[in-house]
Amino acid sequence: MRKINTALIEQNIYEMALHAGVNLIPSCRAALEKAKNAESSETARFALETLIKNSEIAVAEKMPVCQDTGMAVVMLEIGQEVFLEGKSLSAAINDGVRRAYNDGYFRKSVCDPITRVNTTDNTPAVIHTEIVDGDKINVTFMPKGFGSENMSKLYMLKPAQGVEGIIGSIVETVKLAGSRPCPPVYVGVGIGGSFDTCAFLAKKALTRDIGSANPREDIAKIESEALARINGLKIGCQGFHGNTTALGVSCEIAPTHIAGLPVAVNIQCHCVRCERVTI
Amino acid sequence: MKRLTLPLSKDTIRELKAGESVLLSGIILTARDCAHKRLFGILDGGGKPPFEIKDAVIYYAGPCPAKPEKASGSCGPTTSARMDVFAPRLLDSGLGAIIGKGEMSNEVREALKRNTSVYFAAIGGAGALYGNAIRKSECIAFPDLLSEAVHELVVEDFPAVVAYDCYGQSIY
Repeated sequence: MRKINTALIEQNIYEMALHAGVNLIPSCRAALEKAKNAESSETARFALETLIKNSEIAVAEKMPVCQDTGMAVVMLEIGQEVFLEGKSLSAAINDGVRRAYNDGYFRKSVCDPITRVNTTDNTPAVIHTEIVDGDKINVTFMPKGFGSENMSKLYMLKPAQGVEGIIGSIVETVKLAGSRPCPPVYVGVGIGGSFDTCAFLAKKALTRDIGSANPREDIAKIESEALARINGLKIGCQGFHGNTTALGVSCEIAPTHIAGLPVAVNIQCHCVRCERVTI
Repeated sequence: MKRLTLPLSKDTIRELKAGESVLLSGIILTARDCAHKRLFGILDGGGKPPFEIKDAVIYYAGPCPAKPEKASGSCGPTTSARMDVFAPRLLDSGLGAIIGKGEMSNEVREALKRNTSVYFAAIGGAGALYGNAIRKSECIAFPDLLSEAVHELVVEDFPAVVAYDCYGQSIY
């Protein structure tokens, strides 16, 4: 057994949140650069150049790269040999988020769904925990903006629809979203599981680096085929037409029921922000 | 790139064509979902709006808080389609222009045409860059809405693209 005080988790959440609000992940910056160099539409190229310049200003001036500093999504893989001591895990995470969003001059974007009254400190965070082997904790922090989240979808396909149905659902979601989610987007896809786990898998897929392929060859093929078809839509950066509508497609899978084929498509805008640490 | 000073005259708006890149300078007002809902509550009740709608330029945005040494925090556009239900009535009340991101409804396009107004797309996600184009920011209505309050911004060389012109043409 290994004792870990939740104060250590709080401090890590605080540092990850502060960094994530300002910095795109390296694979996102590289993908934007690549898209700019390959762009043939003048307006889309102007937009891509603006985005690259924006990411540089954000880092230089420690300003949020996008004003939508998101809901704080936290995923923890907790080794079952870990004993947590100190304040509760959720209190520690929310305290870390609260401090970071205040100290970083980040926007507080969380509100009651009915009254729309803002909680004023960007809490509560969205917390997912999984119990895994070992005595470590893997923490992933992802600020998730809602312009793109709003364009996400969940399909309950028939098993007969198979791979073609999966790819069709991914492409349809991006097509319906059009210019609204800040393309070029990064597409996270969950395949299988149940209604709820499928949506979680889609979110988890977005924590992967852009361009990383699923280790299973048949799944990697779905990723590359879906990406090619999405870029064939020619929605382009900001909807200004052009060659790059998506920077990447990542799929995560889980076994499902014999009667079903759930597919969740979680859209992420081009501001891909994600931090990871092992405690 | 064309430099424009706000508010725009109808003659200037008539010269703008969808797809054109511009730099905007002058006064714009931020308003998004909650501020629109609040404003429409006032208008429906026959009350006086807290700011002049005629010739105003509304920017669909909710900024980050400003650091002490800055006029504004990051302040890029939000998705305009959520304001589809509000825009036509404001345009018919004399709103000069809209700034946001992404497609809007045909009703909005018709209202822009009818009123010789224009919809500019700012580059979504470029929050830091837009924050730096803001010289002054003051909350002028609904302060309890925090980032969703109405802020009067003085902007300089704010990059945008003409998304819908007053002839019904679209970049999308």
